[in-house]
Amino acid sequence: MSKLRVATVWFSGCSGCHMSFLDLDERLLEFAERAELVFSPIADIKEFPENVDVVLIEGAVGNTEHLRELLEIRKKAKILVAFGDCAVTGNVPSLRNPLPREEVLRTVYAKDDPPGLEEGEVPKFLPRALPLSAVVPVDFFLPGCPPPADRIWKFLRPVLLGQKPELSGPDLKFG
Amino acid sequence: MITLTIDGIKVQAEEGETILQAAKRAGIRIPTLCYLEGLSPRGACRLCLVEIRNWGGRLVPSCATPVQEGLEVVANSPRLRELRRTILEMIFAERNHICAFCVSNGHCELQDLAMELGMDHVRFPYRWPLLFVDLSHEKYGIDHNRCVLCGRCVRACSEVEGAMTWGFSNRGIFTLVEADLGDPWGKSTTCTGCGKCVQACPTGALFEKGKATSEQVKKPEIILEVTERRPRV
Repeated sequence: MSKLRVATVWFSGCSGCHMSFLDLDERLLEFAERAELVFSPIADIKEFPENVDVVLIEGAVGNTEHLRELLEIRKKAKILVAFGDCAVTGNVPSLRNPLPREEVLRTVYAKDDPPGLEEGEVPKFLPRALPLSAVVPVDFFLPGCPPPADRIWKFLRPVLLGQKPELSGPDLKFG
Repeated sequence: MITLTIDGIKVQAEEGETILQAAKRAGIRIPTLCYLEGLSPRGACRLCLVEIRNWGGRLVPSCATPVQEGLEVVANSPRLRELRRTILEMIFAERNHICAFCVSNGHCELQDLAMELGMDHVRFPYRWPLLFVDLSHEKYGIDHNRCVLCGRCVRACSEVEGAMTWGFSNRGIFTLVEADLGDPWGKSTTCTGCGKCVQACPTGALFEKGKATSEQVKKPEIILEVTERRPRV
């Protein structure tokens, strides 16, 4: 059986979901047996590849780079998973959403010419940090801040076995 | 005694009891949010909607609908589950309910309902309104971002404490819970500082100062305890 092509992506989030993923500990061995990590912040691969079976995306869509990448990833991945609260709801990055974009940048980064105000070396800051589902169709939602490793495994294991994952009750806890 | 059926189960109830009370006694779970034992029912959140078969499938809030002879009530069905989830999603989309750093994370009725009703995400666009936090009170704070407008604080304040400090201002999604006539809570001349509103609040909207993330455990059951101790007039 050929290995499942899995990718993980890090948008506007704290990387806590990826830390939680690493907390899978010895289960990572089973993961490695059944899947190949074809793109991830923890693997040094520059381009998001074609024909990805499953992609876990952590973080909200916070800037134009995230937006561009998400649209590209949606085309290249069969199963797109909103991985953690920021990807599912906007969560902490969405705290800025009630405030004007420019005011946030000038207050937090620099009064004059803050990075992200316009397209430049730093991608342009979107007016609002968006949950993935506000931009593209999302196949599965894996909530939690971060989702505990056990919950990630409960979701991922059936996926690795070609089954439909189903989370319910306490496994849907936000926060 | 009145006899009705709820989810096909024959239930007996006293005249004047609500469908929700009858269901509870029969061990049938109906989700609620604005309802709190010891307070008058309000029917504000609509999560306890049930279907009345012999009223042409009409939906009524079970917390505020008295039992009637021969009612055929549907309390749980795929249709109701979908309706309740939709209502819940609208509540989440209306304000800034961010569980991750909430004082009530892990002890929140809204968060619990999301799990119970299988809400894995919100299908509506979030509104992200600009709302404020009032920390002017010596002991407590109010975060309007987390308020669901259930009115449990308003009712606890007027019906149990008798202070009538809390009330609603504005309408619809712009409604705010306000102390006195919109003064900062700490300036209120009617607030006794009893904290019943805080204990009655189902979310992290009302909280005790000094509580950090996940530390605010509420005791909404004290409302019933207090009212039960009172002599009946």
